[in-house]
Amino acid sequence: MSEYNFAYLDEQTKRMIRRAILKGLAVPGYQVPFASREMPMPYGWGTGGVQVSAATLTPEDTFKVIDQGADDTTNAVSIRKFFENTAGVETTEETEKATVIQTRHRIPEAKLREDQIIVYQVPIPEPLRFLEPRETETRKMHSLEEYGLMHVKLYEDISQHGAISTAYAYPVKVSDRYVMDPSPIPKFDNPKLEMDAIQLFGAGREQRIYAVPPHTKVVSLDFEDYPFEATKANHPCDLCGAEDSYLDEVIMDDAGNRMFVCSDTDYCRSRREAGHVGRLAEEDAA
Amino acid sequence: MYVAVKGGEKAIENAHAWLAEERRGSTDVTELSLAQIREQLSLAVNRVMAEGSLFDPDLAALAIKQARGDLIEAIFLIRAYRTTLPRFGYSNPVETGDMACDRRISATFKDAPGGQVLGPTFDYTHRLLDFKLAADGEVAAAPEGSARQEPTPHITEFLKGEDIIQDEPPSDATPGDLTREPMEFPSNRPLRLQSLTRGDEGFVLGMAYSTQRGYARNHAFVGELRIGKVAVEMDIPELGFAIEIGEIELTECETVNQFKGSKTEPPQFTRGYGLVFGQSERKSIAMALVDRALRWEELGEDNLGAPAQDEEFVLSHSDNIQATGFLEHIKLPHYVDFQSELELVRKLRREAEERITPKEAAE
Repeated sequence: MSEYNFAYLDEQTKRMIRRAILKGLAVPGYQVPFASREMPMPYGWGTGGVQVSAATLTPEDTFKVIDQGADDTTNAVSIRKFFENTAGVETTEETEKATVIQTRHRIPEAKLREDQIIVYQVPIPEPLRFLEPRETETRKMHSLEEYGLMHVKLYEDISQHGAISTAYAYPVKVSDRYVMDPSPIPKFDNPKLEMDAIQLFGAGREQRIYAVPPHTKVVSLDFEDYPFEATKANHPCDLCGAEDSYLDEVIMDDAGNRMFVCSDTDYCRSRREAGHVGRLAEEDAA
Repeated sequence: MYVAVKGGEKAIENAHAWLAEERRGSTDVTELSLAQIREQLSLAVNRVMAEGSLFDPDLAALAIKQARGDLIEAIFLIRAYRTTLPRFGYSNPVETGDMACDRRISATFKDAPGGQVLGPTFDYTHRLLDFKLAADGEVAAAPEGSARQEPTPHITEFLKGEDIIQDEPPSDATPGDLTREPMEFPSNRPLRLQSLTRGDEGFVLGMAYSTQRGYARNHAFVGELRIGKVAVEMDIPELGFAIEIGEIELTECETVNQFKGSKTEPPQFTRGYGLVFGQSERKSIAMALVDRALRWEELGEDNLGAPAQDEEFVLSHSDNIQATGFLEHIKLPHYVDFQSELELVRKLRREAEERITPKEAAE
């Protein structure tokens, strides 16, 4: 693919994206409009994340791509291949070794460092979108810091269901100012949003970039008497025994037997290599 | 036993190999050439060029072949290719008044300078399957007339003299570029027109049809529809003047719409405008109707709450590449979110059952 520029996009486009990223970092949680390009993969399949990664990657970087926490899901494979072909950067499945991590729907379990960047793929960047479909209205609400509608929604959840009925893409307030959609990560991951690494969010179809700089205050919205709760399946991982990781539920047979395994495949692998053993690990090895 | 999800890479490779085989179809049948697609499926080529926003019949033919005839997929291939092309500059506005017309009709005047020229149209054909075509596609040469030498004036120009049609004052302002700046609302007419001309034909058609059926009705006459070739000129800084760099085929539609006047505007005819690459008649008429509906504010009309009057609604949903991508992304794995929902629904169910059970016990 030598006919394409490093990381596919031309330098002018990358500069435009970098400007949007810098603006995003300067105003944490604010959605910066950018002139998103058509990419050779469909809108809604990570084009925002891909453009942010393309503008962020340097030839020295080591790149990791996960989807649902796993490196081997089909779309993660496809995006990783895209950058192997167009940027020729080194890729890895190990969270530790990566300098840039593009993710869809998860934050890795391992604590990220200051020298790492995590790029989120975002489908709908506007946390208020399902309360108000009009962009003209939601932008106004953000500029006036008018988030009453969101609190009413959360309150109605509690009055109707006894709990806040948002399980993923759980809204957060960044740096005491903007309400932000953390992308569709499970709310289990929300506490990790206060981290040492740079967090960049790219929404290609919706033409928005936003960011959370390192060590920035990120609060999941809640009420004093109904505090936010990061939840996961109440099981240990059946392969590595981890009790602190987010789990996927896998249906094993026609009788509906289940097993629970880490969604973060790299975390699970490294634990098993370190000798941790889960309930069904031996059968897996056999 | 662990249900393995490994092997995504191999599965993708194999799927692509199978796709290539399916695209070729039976090898007993001669392979399609790009020239065949370009020449014999030219309206498909036109649609791909229009919605792909790239005038190149050969590339569009390639895209159609590669996409197995799925035109939205072909448009996507063209769009993705188009973004990689460097921008050398912008051409001068094309002069459709100088168009070498293959077709030019007006529904508002029986005759006008330049005449009614039907051109190669499906209109007035009886839609009967031509079984002869299945056996033998050869046709006799169509009779030829002599081409008009002088430019064909726009029909709306004749109405302008009478001051009875909405004036469109010319402007030298550089319009925005939809592909270089993010769309923000409220937008403006040049950006709306750019968005509509590359918008999905089916979507724009549906929106236009809704105005005809009474959702912000603005009874439209086709003032003029013309199809033909125009020269593309570009200023070359080194030369200091414009030179012709090529020729493109366009379809232009100007509608003349009833208008009884508003608080701000006197009774007059108003206008809608459609301009689309290639012979794209349905699309350009639909575009003109939607353009007109979207101009309610500028004309001081009432917002009737009709979908076709709603700029944000129309422009946010007209692009089929955005729409199909987002629609189809729900095929991607979502098991992390789904797991999260599972836990939540189980929790809510548990709590609901706990609330119900003691009540039943009391009864």
